[in-house]
Amino acid sequence: MYVAVKGGEAAIDAAHAWLADARRGDAAVPELTTAQIEQQMTLAVDRVMAEGSCYDRGLAALALKQARGDGIEAAFLLRAYRTTLTRFGHAAPLDTAAMGITRRISATYKELPGGQVLGPTFDYTHRLLDFALAAEGVTRDAVPERAADEAAIPRVSELLAREGLMQREEAAEAEPSDLTREPLAFPADRSARLQNLARGDEGFLLGLGYSTQRGYGNAHPFVGEIRQGGVMVEFTPPELGFAIEIGEIDVTECQMVNQFHGSLTEPPQFTRGYGLVFGSGERKAMAMALVDRALRAAELGEDITAPAQDAEFVLYHSDNVEATGFVEHLKLPHYVDFQSELENIRAMRRNAV
Amino acid sequence: MEAGYNFAYLDEATKRMIRRAILKAVAIPGHQIPFGAREMPLPYGWGTGGIQVTASIIGPADTLKVIDQGADDTTNAISIRRFFARVADVATTERTEDASIIQTRHRIPEAPLREDQILVYQVPMPEPLFRLEPRIAETKRMHALADYGLMHTKLYEDIARLGRIGTAYNYPVMVNERYLMSPSPIPAFDNPKMDRMPALQLFGAGREKRIYAVPPYTPVRSLDFEDHPFRAIRAPHACTLCNSTASYLDEVVTDDQGGRVYVCSDTDFCRTEQERAA
Amino acid sequence: MNALLEAQGLSLRFGRVRALDDVAIAIWPGEVLAVVGESGSGKSTLLRVLSGQQRPEAGIIRFDGTDIHEAGEAALRRLSRTDWGFVHQNPRDGLRMAISAGGNIGERLMSNGARHYGDIRAQAKDWLARVEIDPARIDELPRNFSGGMQQRLQIARTLVTRPRLVFMDEPTGGLDVSVQAKLLDMLRALARDLSLAIIIVTHDIAAARLLAHRIVVMRHGQVVEEGLTDRVLDDPQHPYTQLLVSSVLAA
Repeated sequence: MYVAVKGGEAAIDAAHAWLADARRGDAAVPELTTAQIEQQMTLAVDRVMAEGSCYDRGLAALALKQARGDGIEAAFLLRAYRTTLTRFGHAAPLDTAAMGITRRISATYKELPGGQVLGPTFDYTHRLLDFALAAEGVTRDAVPERAADEAAIPRVSELLAREGLMQREEAAEAEPSDLTREPLAFPADRSARLQNLARGDEGFLLGLGYSTQRGYGNAHPFVGEIRQGGVMVEFTPPELGFAIEIGEIDVTECQMVNQFHGSLTEPPQFTRGYGLVFGSGERKAMAMALVDRALRAAELGEDITAPAQDAEFVLYHSDNVEATGFVEHLKLPHYVDFQSELENIRAMRRNAV
Repeated sequence: MEAGYNFAYLDEATKRMIRRAILKAVAIPGHQIPFGAREMPLPYGWGTGGIQVTASIIGPADTLKVIDQGADDTTNAISIRRFFARVADVATTERTEDASIIQTRHRIPEAPLREDQILVYQVPMPEPLFRLEPRIAETKRMHALADYGLMHTKLYEDIARLGRIGTAYNYPVMVNERYLMSPSPIPAFDNPKMDRMPALQLFGAGREKRIYAVPPYTPVRSLDFEDHPFRAIRAPHACTLCNSTASYLDEVVTDDQGGRVYVCSDTDFCRTEQERAA
Repeated sequence: MNALLEAQGLSLRFGRVRALDDVAIAIWPGEVLAVVGESGSGKSTLLRVLSGQQRPEAGIIRFDGTDIHEAGEAALRRLSRTDWGFVHQNPRDGLRMAISAGGNIGERLMSNGARHYGDIRAQAKDWLARVEIDPARIDELPRNFSGGMQQRLQIARTLVTRPRLVFMDEPTGGLDVSVQAKLLDMLRALARDLSLAIIIVTHDIAAARLLAHRIVVMRHGQVVEEGLTDRVLDDPQHPYTQLLVSSVLAA
């Protein structure tokens, strides 16, 4: 006699207990603190803040711990928390020209005002596993002192724009789009596109950006400038009517300089691809800048031939919390639909015989 | 109730925004209304649209039933029911007739619904044309102009190739003879239940950020041809537990020798039938 | 008799280029009108503007006496799938390559409300035969067809709803000469049997002579000469038309 299996409720409870146990691992190994994650897994924390769309290192570290180190799961946790917070308004545009620089490089000029600052980069490390790190109690080398720059360091894009060689971006009067309040609609304006990309999955943008370099989209990019460091966030509370500083955040900004051949009405000039990411997210900022420029194809009158230029394709598939949910929902029960397919296929096979 | 969260999780401003979208959807049956879907603490694709619709319409006096594949005891149904018990402290039930709101994934209950009930569908892909035309901007235009020849062409191709319409679930419907609509991935067997249903039917797609509705007693027609009429398909067997020959059945594989039994997918209906027979 | 389609004062610029410069044109029921000129003369733009795919900066287009843009996009689309047809130079632009020949022909019928599978299929077979494609190939995909067959399938798909006016953009453009002649013969017979009005854009003077009752010659976005086909080709008045005609004779 067939008896239907029950007990989903108990199974869920058991799975959650098991998950907590697996998260902790071997009890003989000391438990990781969120402070350790925040201080020593900084780039993972930065990525979770960027894709979780919430600037809070402590919460991002907690999310990483809770998610057993899974970055997308951690971003999801942070997003779900963020969505319950009150929205007060939007900040003034960040003044990245006034950034407290920790890294700044330009590929377009050998020397330039403010100089090149390598900062804490992997760029010229030899990727040899450092077994000394596996031992405990490694001594720290002193970091060489760097002369503090007093003056703001001008942005490369500004140097070009003063000469009329770089298309100027006009400051929009309209309130920027906010995809967390209003759904994406097409044609999507630049502010919606940039917000989407800034929250987007690093791997997805990296692949797309890469594709533009390999001929899928007509890209001729130069890194005008990458800069990292702290910037002040200003906000104008309606009851005050003037801007106040509400804190400082670390960001990475990338400005890609791209050729533009001009049109009948506009002379040839350079155009900008822009990337901005929370924390130290250089790879993501660069990929974002490539994709941003590719998505400007329509407004610049370029042919849309490649995936990275297709706004619907890029913007609907960049969000890893959406993507992982929908891909993973396939493991939910689908047996009702499958049953329909079974009956249909059996009937069609009978017809075919 | 969970401390630190508003009743039914969403803040009241968000609920109002969603209710406005629902009102628009009811006013234009079958038309998809974009809405500012929030990021929920459950994954996209697991019912976030349905959850937001339910959260926006539920009150303390409501009784909620949640089903997945027709059953109350499937893991995702349990998880969603627990979520509402936790953040809204509402009464829950497994009895279709006792529920004021029924949230569902992939099925319509077998028992006829009443005017004082609301059926909330979880919708993965609200756009019925997406397999034929993935571009949202273009499908919006097709809906605006009621340009649905392409959908019929797909059905034509099925018959030409397979001898019958190959769609067994998520079978497209015309609502009020105006908008082509996805009924969500319910089996085609359930489509006729949508037609002129006394209960309000609400559809929420969280990831795609769209809401649509079929108001009570609205005509819903499954697309077909005059000489190849729509047919509701079910496994041609009786339920092993309640002997029903009218309900939609799940096929349960009992061994690796080809042994299988068929049981009702609607667990509440099956239980009711068994009680009636006893 | 009133003109079927009538346009006046059509102007459109692309940057500094005047694609259409105060163009007026009219076509009567059952008439075949050829628009000839070199590449860049504005003839393809004219076709897109007349068929409502592109809005002119100035000017008005009337079909059956009604401004085609006045009633909105929905009405224009309805017109495009009922009274009008459009045949593209490249059949791939006018066909759905992933849908069978029968589905391609049936789509227009279904867009106009046909709901009887058997009838749709019968009409598709009938039209395949009319354009000299074996009706037994009704369930094949267009990609299995030769270029000439694809073009004939596109014509069948367009004519199945009996439009009154068909726009054709270089319909013989991508085809071999022998295939071109066959297609032109077929088009001439169809136009006569169905009393179709056709506006055909072509740079092929011979095709224009074979099909058209009347010819319009375009250059730099302007109509430089128009008249009955034999008159324009045998006694061209405008120096540019003389050049066009003589270059064909010389070839």
